Amino acid sequence: MPEKTHITVTVNGTQHEALVEPRTLLSDFLRDTLGLKGTHVGCEQGVCGACTVLVEGGSTRACLLFAVQVNGRSVETVESLARADGTLHPIQQAFTECHGLQCGFCTAGMLMAATELLAVNPTPQPEDVRFAMSGNLCRCTGYQNIVESVCRAGELMSRAHTYATPEQEVRA
Amino acid sequence: MKPAPFAYVAARTTDEVVDQLARHGQDARILAGGQSLVRLMNTRLAVPAVLIDINGVGELDRIDGRDGRVVIGALTRQRTSELSDVVRGGAPLLAEAGALVAHPSVRSRGTVVGSVCFADPGAELPTALLALDGEIVARSVRGERVVPADDFFVDANETSLEPDEFAVEIRVPATDGARVGSAFLELSRRHGELPVCGVAATVALDDAGRLSDVRIALGSVAGRPVRARQAEASLTGARPSADGIAEAARLAAADLTPHSNSHGSSAYRKHLAIVLTQRALTRAIARADGGQPDA
Repeated sequence: MPEKTHITVTVNGTQHEALVEPRTLLSDFLRDTLGLKGTHVGCEQGVCGACTVLVEGGSTRACLLFAVQVNGRSVETVESLARADGTLHPIQQAFTECHGLQCGFCTAGMLMAATELLAVNPTPQPEDVRFAMSGNLCRCTGYQNIVESVCRAGELMSRAHTYATPEQEVRA
Repeated sequence: MKPAPFAYVAARTTDEVVDQLARHGQDARILAGGQSLVRLMNTRLAVPAVLIDINGVGELDRIDGRDGRVVIGALTRQRTSELSDVVRGGAPLLAEAGALVAHPSVRSRGTVVGSVCFADPGAELPTALLALDGEIVARSVRGERVVPADDFFVDANETSLEPDEFAVEIRVPATDGARVGSAFLELSRRHGELPVCGVAATVALDDAGRLSDVRIALGSVAGRPVRARQAEASLTGARPSADGIAEAARLAAADLTPHSNSHGSSAYRKHLAIVLTQRALTRAIARADGGQPDA
């Protein structure tokens, strides 16, 4: 068995140190080592997008990355969105309002892909959402409500532009 | 499924990469974006004993537009390339083809050179590279060699790279923009999937308005992307015409014997090769003529 590697990774603003086997996928590291079960594992071969997380702010599939590869990097998962007191992030609020989920399996990946999109395009049009999130599959909603939710999130976020994520509050 | 165990090497320099490859050869795979390789490892279709991770080799993350060519390093992400002014200006076909690869969250990690080396017979970037007369720079402890794209692609997922070599960069001649146009067209079953057929075309118009330097490459119609040399020759020196384009498209598909699968029959692929070649040439010529801006 190849020897384990020591990694330091910042997940949702918290620094973690761990010994990982090289073959440990980031998705399994997040769920099984760190206990962050919000990241869902669907196909485990890069097709469905359910495990989408942000690495250094860019959306990527956690099942196509080894945990050793995020050594020294920062990762955001869906757990970074809501505040500690349970207040939903505007993106989550919008998904609730617009019925952007049914079974919820794809939702964590959808939310993270939407987070990336809204960071660069705060008021996306439906076609922008469809382009940016084409790599995230949903088997329930037919996508209509997901697209509406992301557009609505843009409205909510530009209205409440004073909203700060928990991480930003800590930094401030 | 989970990947089989492997030894992991985080390389920091190109020299370290070639040293490791010299040591492990066929047992090793290069890990760049991992968007194809890790998928194969998760399903155990690939079981490398050693993974040489080049993500820490900063010198490979570069786009360079000097000396009349566009150079893309082994670590340049597809998304970076597709949005790069250097690539859009000097090799717009590569940018247009790149935007059709998978989905944004795959392209934010996947690399241009990785896609070329993975050599899927339908993948957009290898097809575009072939049409651009691109080159692959292969390095090993034995030195460096430059491989023309046409000699690089051998068969499905097979290239002429030796086990101890890795592709440090690709190079394409940069367009000077004057009366040069290109286009990439494809048909895929679903957005973001590999095309059932894809066509890359690039043309230049001389001072007299005649076609020169016509290059056409087709993907997903053989074990590797292929050039349509007869079709290219039929147009070279001619004034652009609908009949000439139609004849070139017919020639482009004439010798093809594409495979059949659940995405399309051989006959359907052949039909697509004709239609897409016709449209790609028409668009490339219109762009060369200043009718439409490049991608």
